[in-house]
Amino acid sequence: MDIEQANTTAVNRLMASRPILKGVATARDVIPGMKDNLLLHAGPPIEWGRMSGPLRGAIIGAMLFEGLAASETEAVSRVERGEVEFDSCHHHGAVGPMAGVISASMKVYVVENVEHGNQSFSNLNEGYGKVLRYGAYSEDVLKKLRWMNDVLGSALADALAASNGIDLRALIAEALHMGDEGHNRNKAGSLIYLKLLSPLIARAVKDEAVEAEVLQFIGDNALSVLNPVMAACKAMTDAAHGVDGSTIVTTMARNGTDFGIRVSGLGDKQWFTAPAEIPVGLFFSGFSQADANPDIGDSAITETAGIGGFAMATAPAIVTFVGGTPKDALNATLEMYEITFAESKYFTMPALDFRGTPTGIDLRKVVELGITPRINTGIAHKNAGVGQVGAGLVRPPISIFEEALVAFAEKYNL
Amino acid sequence: MTVIKWEVRSGAYYDSVVLMQLQRGLLGLPGVVDAGVVMATPANRELLAANNLLPDSISANPDDLLIVVKATDGTFADAAITGVDELLTRRKATSSPNSLDFRPHSLSAAVKQLPEANWVLISVPGRYAAGVAREALELGKHVFLYSDNVSLEDEIALKKTARERGLLVMGPDCGTAIVNGVGLGFANRVRRGEIGLVAASGTGLQAVTVHIHSLGAGISHAIGAGGRDLKSDVGAITAHQALDLLARDPETKVIVLISKPPSPDVAAKLLSAAKSTGKPVVVDFIGYPPPARKLGNLHFATSLSEAAELAVNGNWELVIDEKLPITNSYLRGLFSGGTLAYETLLSSQAFLSPIYSNSPITNSQTLSDPLHSKCHTVIDLGDEFFMVGRLHPMIDNDLRIRRLRQEAADPEVSMILLDVVLGEGSHTNPAGELAPVIKEIREKRIGGPALSRVEGLEFVAIVIGTDDDPQNLQSQISQLQDSGVTVFRTVTEAVEYISLRFGASRESEFTPVDLGQLKRPLAAINVGLESFYDSLLSQGAQAVHVEWKPPAGGDERLAALLAKMKGKKEN
Repeated sequence: MDIEQANTTAVNRLMASRPILKGVATARDVIPGMKDNLLLHAGPPIEWGRMSGPLRGAIIGAMLFEGLAASETEAVSRVERGEVEFDSCHHHGAVGPMAGVISASMKVYVVENVEHGNQSFSNLNEGYGKVLRYGAYSEDVLKKLRWMNDVLGSALADALAASNGIDLRALIAEALHMGDEGHNRNKAGSLIYLKLLSPLIARAVKDEAVEAEVLQFIGDNALSVLNPVMAACKAMTDAAHGVDGSTIVTTMARNGTDFGIRVSGLGDKQWFTAPAEIPVGLFFSGFSQADANPDIGDSAITETAGIGGFAMATAPAIVTFVGGTPKDALNATLEMYEITFAESKYFTMPALDFRGTPTGIDLRKVVELGITPRINTGIAHKNAGVGQVGAGLVRPPISIFEEALVAFAEKYNL
Repeated sequence: MTVIKWEVRSGAYYDSVVLMQLQRGLLGLPGVVDAGVVMATPANRELLAANNLLPDSISANPDDLLIVVKATDGTFADAAITGVDELLTRRKATSSPNSLDFRPHSLSAAVKQLPEANWVLISVPGRYAAGVAREALELGKHVFLYSDNVSLEDEIALKKTARERGLLVMGPDCGTAIVNGVGLGFANRVRRGEIGLVAASGTGLQAVTVHIHSLGAGISHAIGAGGRDLKSDVGAITAHQALDLLARDPETKVIVLISKPPSPDVAAKLLSAAKSTGKPVVVDFIGYPPPARKLGNLHFATSLSEAAELAVNGNWELVIDEKLPITNSYLRGLFSGGTLAYETLLSSQAFLSPIYSNSPITNSQTLSDPLHSKCHTVIDLGDEFFMVGRLHPMIDNDLRIRRLRQEAADPEVSMILLDVVLGEGSHTNPAGELAPVIKEIREKRIGGPALSRVEGLEFVAIVIGTDDDPQNLQSQISQLQDSGVTVFRTVTEAVEYISLRFGASRESEFTPVDLGQLKRPLAAINVGLESFYDSLLSQGAQAVHVEWKPPAGGDERLAALLAKMKGKKEN
């Protein structure tokens, strides 16, 4: 077995991926294995008893949204009776930010990797404030979700159906040159997204009031593009998964309780998990570190694909997350080169003389150097429904990489 | 009544300078009587024990950081141990302005940051040092290996790899070097000049460079080889490369070669190489009997200061030898005088190897069968082994003549050395018996007239006698010379002549170190002691410091797995 060769194959597959946003569809129609009583969530698989506040809240909200329960109490008792099933989004080609809960009726983005033929999915972004992904499930939250599903989702579906799709690799590459790192900062990417969608929506939506409402919603939300970008990263990293003998990490995800990773050369459902850490960062006024939930969400798929915290060098506007100076941001990216296998051919950073972003986390380097990936992240309140309380930096526990290395050695008889 | 408290931290590695500063910081805290902050190696534990700072109940591995505090009471001791982290971070905050620059954690990342780096300085704990050095060589960098406790096998493997690739490994246990005006490790600030050093002795190198400086001269390059380089197992690989390098360096006019006593076989080859440099070489093998004061371009000093003085003030009259030097063949010395044989052996063992004798200086030189020579051989025919039922060779030339014919028949022999001892009681005309035989051998061998030098076989004689001796000194010399023998009057002269004829062969083929690269402004990657990095910067060299930690945080099981999973060079 040649690990170098396997990793070259895996990383080349990742980089060669062409994720195209093809459309918006209902989850049960497009996500493999999706069914009415199944709720997908962010991070590695987890049972109800161990779920954190935000994830529980999002589960309850999704059940209310689906009509699986009429009240919080009913939802909880149905869950406890085992009437609903849970699974990791990642087992279904999907990703979702924060709680990442996707239910059968929800509209989801459909991204196709036209290079390798695999598909990936993500839900629609709800914007800031009280939102399902942070565990909120009050009536106004559900009302917004329904509007998104019925109005926004349909508009996007119609708009994209009449197009050739949106090239997300090109969008990310451009956004990286405009101050985004693709995870915590998506202002530029969301504007590009709006620019690309506007004419499509204008043509597809006949009702001017609806058109205005939809455009306003997309334009107001600086995170609009986050979910398609995450789906794009998922399409890329899935293409790198399953390469025999490869030590490249193809998933990093958190469910609010555990941090989990998967490795290309190991099993599809072989997760290595440890308790998620509480992110360190800057807090919105009125909140503090004490309010923070342990790390949550599938958005670390961006770092797994080589952007987000790995591309800090290109996002000087958010350097306060990493120490305060542009030099700290450069250093953050330079550090990630030490644990990655390659440099991106398509995602480059002007501040590093257009060097490619650090791409393809190599399990071996993480363990050897004791350097864990740095992940830029939003911070959720530990109580369901309060929402985002800050943003900052988190790293996965080193132990999961060490365990994965041992498992890899066992599988390949090293 | 004092209280001892301690803390063991696993997987934490700090260089000893940091630890010493930390220790000093702890001593300044209230109530602290004594403190020790060390990596818990056996040696360090002994030190702690000697200072009564190692309670029996402490268990720690060599990779662990051990913090021990002795204080006037428990509260003070606890407070001091709690203060460790603050002291550690305080130091970081006040370190050099370059702390803003990214500090890579691996050699490969460091090389990307400073691609022009031509040296890697390694001062990590010995058990990890060979791994780092190997990586440095794979990246095409010269290595300054300060670390000690590197195994002999690793040293040999590293040096062989380096030699193949035209790279230098200075060390292990190399404390000092000066490359292109920049001191590596511990080095004094000396002016640049025309004297180059090759040293298997760190403080020896410092002492000589300092003395040269104080005498007003300067240093071109001073290359350290590591204390074991001149042991026979290593075979002076680095010293040979360094000699070759300084020989080619036009700025180096004089070379100084310093070592603690080398293995005799290694010394012989190294001196041969030193001769082949064609530059004056001052040799100080500390504690090793100098074979002569001067052998051709080699000048032997008996102390470090004398070495420096010779290098600065030497009066170099290089003997230009018009003859082609002899290579790949042997000297046979057939002596009637035991002491003359012994002195010849003592002097020529410095450059002839292997050499054997029936009156050896070291056991390894013992000629197992005195009747048959092998390689270079010096025979005392007056030894009692030969004397059974026979007259001494100073009286009876029969044995020597037979042996002369025997040696001359050996095609591997290119020079035969004889002594002719005149005086009362000796044979009345030894040259009269020896010269015709020599003439006959020469004519038979080449079928031509007796020339002073015959291709393939040369005769040298040391004639000991006075004008007043009964044999007629001048006649004895003339007879020998007429038969083609080169005649000398002392062993010293004869040995110097022999050294010129034999003593210039370079070590077997190796890839030469690129001189141009050595002369580029020094740029280095430092792995280990941060003070070496600071010193590079203060000397104006470009440098990158690697934030080194033991692989997998010192977890040996994981490190072993990683070693198996390490592939070829990565892109």
